[in-house]
Amino acid sequence: MTEWWTYRIDSFLLFSARTYQRLIESTNTDVWPLQMVTLMAGMGLLLWLGRPHSQRRDRVVFVLLALAWAWVAWDFLHRRFATINWAADYAALLFALQAVALLWVGVSRGGRVRRRKLSPTDPVAILLIVLGVIVYPLLAPMLGRPWVQAEVFAVAPDPTVITTLGFLLLAEPPRRLLIVVPVLWCLFHGALLWGLRAGQAWVPPAVALLAVACLLWRRKFVLHHF
Amino acid sequence: MQLGGASALCGLAMPALAQREGAASAVGPTPRGAPTLTGGGALPRVGLGSWITFNVGNDAAARMQCADVMAAFFSAGGRLIDSSPMYGSSQAVIGEGLKKLNMLGRVYSADKVWIAPASRGAAQMEASRNLWGVPRFDLMQVHNLLSWQEHLPLLLDMKAAGRVRHVGITTSEGRRMRDIEQIMRAHPIDFVQVTYSLADRRAEDRILPLARERGIAVIANRPFEQGELLRALARHALPPIAAELQCTSWAQFALKFVASHPDVTCAIPATTSVAHVRENMAAGLSNLPDMGQRNRMAAQTAGLL
Repeated sequence: MTEWWTYRIDSFLLFSARTYQRLIESTNTDVWPLQMVTLMAGMGLLLWLGRPHSQRRDRVVFVLLALAWAWVAWDFLHRRFATINWAADYAALLFALQAVALLWVGVSRGGRVRRRKLSPTDPVAILLIVLGVIVYPLLAPMLGRPWVQAEVFAVAPDPTVITTLGFLLLAEPPRRLLIVVPVLWCLFHGALLWGLRAGQAWVPPAVALLAVACLLWRRKFVLHHF
Repeated sequence: MQLGGASALCGLAMPALAQREGAASAVGPTPRGAPTLTGGGALPRVGLGSWITFNVGNDAAARMQCADVMAAFFSAGGRLIDSSPMYGSSQAVIGEGLKKLNMLGRVYSADKVWIAPASRGAAQMEASRNLWGVPRFDLMQVHNLLSWQEHLPLLLDMKAAGRVRHVGITTSEGRRMRDIEQIMRAHPIDFVQVTYSLADRRAEDRILPLARERGIAVIANRPFEQGELLRALARHALPPIAAELQCTSWAQFALKFVASHPDVTCAIPATTSVAHVRENMAAGLSNLPDMGQRNRMAAQTAGLL
């Protein structure tokens, strides 16, 4: 790409904000009432964090997250988003790989969601999970769009990614490789939303930066104190 | 407007199409290099772009709206529609609209090849043709000069074999103008597509004069700068010359400026609005300013941009 400095984010836009909003809307209409199931599953995972640790619980968390990523990869990114964005199939592939990785960590590697010792980054992790599961569906009406355009965990990519980042920040040992795809998505989609002049465009990149900062802090804290 | 209504509108408007084509060809001298349409007549100076506006995926209601825009476009005398494989589902939406409106024989189909390696170009162009549903493209362009060294010879071969009528190259927002100029000088292309608007007049420096010299037709993209130009002008009152040109909006003003350049063959604004496409066609096909009026248009808006 020559003269790359002359390009702006909106130089790469392929569709209008209205088209993207209608895509979210048609997704919600088509899959209803799946959103109720995924919302309850997300709330259940959040509440489950308050209970005593168990290996079974941790395995269920990773498996459910894997299913969420796999569904979003197939239904939203490949079947719907790819009809207006030729790059969406590449994102679908990455989401599918992330699903496989989450499943592998949960089933084969005995991934632990809750650490033995509390960390100052835990509140941030919980905050991200609350953001992804509870707050994100409210963004549409808060920004003046209809409820049918709400983005829900395990149906739309952003809340799925943000919720997963929250759980990954709680994971022990730290699953740094597993945050690569979520962070990349947050940066990519934040840029896209910014080009579409969407009110929540700053949220995904802010989440990505927060997650990376927390992981770096944990690494430094662990290196210096243990 | 429902699709059935759109089809009926096209049928009723057929006599008016011929009248409008006659009127279009009488609007100022035809730019040198402008192609002759199949069946005679010059290409109208306003066409229809499809970047973003026609990329609506499988949204049935949005597709119907696009078909309504196309119906209004053809009813007003429009011919050239421009698209590209880069524009997502736009080609399929255009093809669906052409078929439903029975306009495959009237459209001047302008598409692009946009792929690397260039060995995949022929397959992409064939896929595009199937999406449009046309027997052959009227114009095939190398999009943003991607792999042009390989694509252009293939396009010229296709033209020689009668598989496309015209061949061109495109760029936007003033990029790679030197390469564009070199290709215009060295290769027998029929069209060049560049950005030209009231706010971006860089093409006047070298490209438009060269097009005139070489007999190359010019398509002007982004006449409204994707809406940015109109948003910037919206807070200002129309200048005095607007009344002289019978302009009641900045969109009409901006489009008249672009379409009236003697070396611009066709401007391709994009829209999802039937009202806007009608306004565009009315503005661009009649009462175009002469050079003196164009100079006054530029002078009276210079401080606004």
